[in-house]
Amino acid sequence: MSTSRLARGRAGTSWPRSELPEFSPRELVDEINAGVEQGLRVVAYFGAAEGSDIRLFLVLADDAQSEIAIGTARVEGKAFPSIAEACPQVQLFEREIVEQWELEAIGHPWSKPVRRGRSLLGAAPSASGSSPHLPAVTDFYRVEGAEVHEVGVGPVHASVIEPGHFRFQCHGETVFHLEIALGYQHRGIERALATGPDRRSLHYAETAAGDTTIGHATAYCEVVEALAGARVPARGAVLRGIMLELERLANHVGDLGALAGDVGFLPTASYCGRIRGDYLNLTAELCGSRFGRGFIRPGGCGFDVEATLREQLVERLERAFVDTRSAVELLWGSSSVMERFEATGVVPKQIAKDLGLKGPAARASGLTRDARHDHPSGIYRFHQIPVSSADTGDVFARAYVRWLEIQRSVAFLRDQLATLPDGAVRSTVGPLPEDALAVTLVEGWRGEICHVALTDPQGHFARYKIVDPSFHNWSAVAWTLRGGQISDFPLCNKSFNLSYCGHDL
Amino acid sequence: MIETVLQVAAFLGLSPLLLGIINRVKAIAAGRRGPSLFQPYFDLRKLAAKELVLSEVTSWIFVAAPVVAVVSTVLAGLMIPLGSFDSPVSFEGDFVVFAYLLALGRFFTAAAALDTGSPFEGMGAAREVGFAWLTEPALFFAFLVLSRLSGSLSFDQMLHATEDGAWAQRTAPLVLTAAGLFIVLLAECSRIPVDDPNTHLELTMIHEVMVLDHSGPLLGLIEYATALKLWVLAAMLLHVVAPTASVGGWIGFGLFLAGLVTVAVVIGVVESSMARLRLLHVPTLLIAAALSCGFAFLLLHR
Repeated sequence: MSTSRLARGRAGTSWPRSELPEFSPRELVDEINAGVEQGLRVVAYFGAAEGSDIRLFLVLADDAQSEIAIGTARVEGKAFPSIAEACPQVQLFEREIVEQWELEAIGHPWSKPVRRGRSLLGAAPSASGSSPHLPAVTDFYRVEGAEVHEVGVGPVHASVIEPGHFRFQCHGETVFHLEIALGYQHRGIERALATGPDRRSLHYAETAAGDTTIGHATAYCEVVEALAGARVPARGAVLRGIMLELERLANHVGDLGALAGDVGFLPTASYCGRIRGDYLNLTAELCGSRFGRGFIRPGGCGFDVEATLREQLVERLERAFVDTRSAVELLWGSSSVMERFEATGVVPKQIAKDLGLKGPAARASGLTRDARHDHPSGIYRFHQIPVSSADTGDVFARAYVRWLEIQRSVAFLRDQLATLPDGAVRSTVGPLPEDALAVTLVEGWRGEICHVALTDPQGHFARYKIVDPSFHNWSAVAWTLRGGQISDFPLCNKSFNLSYCGHDL
Repeated sequence: MIETVLQVAAFLGLSPLLLGIINRVKAIAAGRRGPSLFQPYFDLRKLAAKELVLSEVTSWIFVAAPVVAVVSTVLAGLMIPLGSFDSPVSFEGDFVVFAYLLALGRFFTAAAALDTGSPFEGMGAAREVGFAWLTEPALFFAFLVLSRLSGSLSFDQMLHATEDGAWAQRTAPLVLTAAGLFIVLLAECSRIPVDDPNTHLELTMIHEVMVLDHSGPLLGLIEYATALKLWVLAAMLLHVVAPTASVGGWIGFGLFLAGLVTVAVVIGVVESSMARLRLLHVPTLLIAAALSCGFAFLLLHR
């Protein structure tokens, strides 16, 4: 069976740097190939500086065994072999490595820039020129022909959303190809985190993708706790789970409303907009911030919940859920909405697998991957939430999976709020060990968030890698438009509702 | 004389109110209070006072289009009688002119959209024109029905054809015609389920995307033309649906205005209770409208 030499273990454990197996870049590529063939996923693949060399780190996830597998390889010279052609889910990782470390991926079908900015090689300007390269300054894919026309949208959009450039190759209303160029929101979070942890580190994590504050903050704190060997008290772990599910509720409800709005279905659009606020306000009751800033802290939580507040939360949650149910069920009962949702933007299961999709988008295509179930941490080790999935892979499936998750999150919240354990919410976290690596996987509302931290001999971060679910899922948005209608693009895009800044970091 | 003046005054002055009513109905259905009924007037005043920004690549067509749209719609509107009064302008065969006045406005709007050279606007123009040629057969079949009923080729008499008990004798053809005309109204005035006047998603728009580059007073004219068009088509539909015009004089006129408000409310209810059609399926709806009116015409020959 597996002859893999990759180090195996659970997510959320700390490895001494010396225990990670060494490969040559070619062998590492073979490991990816063999792993993916056995059903493993690439959750992170990135480079880190090691003296004057670059070292590649590979993290695969084995969902069936609830394990992750890690290997490293030192890059020889200025190039490394690419496997993107055979394994599309690493194509973006490889382009990122190329961009961040000024390397060349040999055999990469199209090594375009990922985002704006300079490479991570010191503060020196990148080799490509004196100025940092800009997003979307690249060769775009073109379809030639007299009847083919090109429609470019963005980076400035008609509504107040984040910037991204979308280029459609169209034949009338039919789209041949959509190319998405992001990177306008690149803030250099990974570079800024690299000297931490300091007082700013947690805030960088919280704002990596603003609508996933709890998700990213939890992933960051779990990495720090894993490295330092700290334990979160039971009450703190439960509160973290409560916050993560509240974040999921608010965003899923908002998404269902926005989907209704995109097809011009007024009732659900207006109600869900308001109800999303109700859930955000519950989060605000707990920590004073509607997005949960300041709640998740290394070692536990920054806030506790008193008995009276807990009762209030339960009551308000029930009320919001009753409203949610009546608003959302209007969607499923309306044939004009179903006509728009069904068979629109289909992502077949195999494609979802090849692209390495995550979160509700993956589950809507029939993949039962959910980090709360496959790689549980904190409260999810004790309280399992059933995985919600659908088979059709269309806009309807992505909407319906959200509705299933809303119901299961509410059930989870009821249970947890009723049986909140006593005790402290936070423990102290010691200094980080030298030369260690930790990986955490957290199921945010948009999908699996992966944080990887590597420490240097002083116990600081030598490299901090964030993989937002949007990183993988953007390629699925482009996929859904193949042969689709250009007028369906906003709906397909909204059914994923991906983060621009989570991708751009 | 005073009747003519008042008809024109009501047409020019009250048409934006219909948009206000639709928006209010939608707001109430969504559980909001909604903007004032007179918000469309405030918007027009605001736009009129704004600076005009013209793209360097556009020609005179870009400026002319909104003016043509308003003028052609006003002229078309003058052929529609309100209540039992005679229409201000009437002549033999005027319904053909009516249809092509509306087409003229659309032609210029589409030409102005192409004038900007933006891929969006070209896409919008293609959609608008592509759907318009499907609404035209419906419109003409409806004209044939009315012409056959009234035995006249003048709009004024055609629209008064339903007054004398025609509904009792010719129920089926008139129901079919009314249904077809209602779809034409929704399509021509870019309402849900054909178009979404409130969307900000430029890739899904039909009418709105054509006017993205217009600003200030020109945009105001376009919005005014939209309101006028809604009034014109609603009035035409109302003549077919409800023979309020059989109540003569000023009472009939008042009833007719109330009828227009009802049409606006119905549009608001439709918009708040259903989603937009997939763009690919819009032609199906429009063909259904044409078939509906066409079948009505056949039924008249039983």
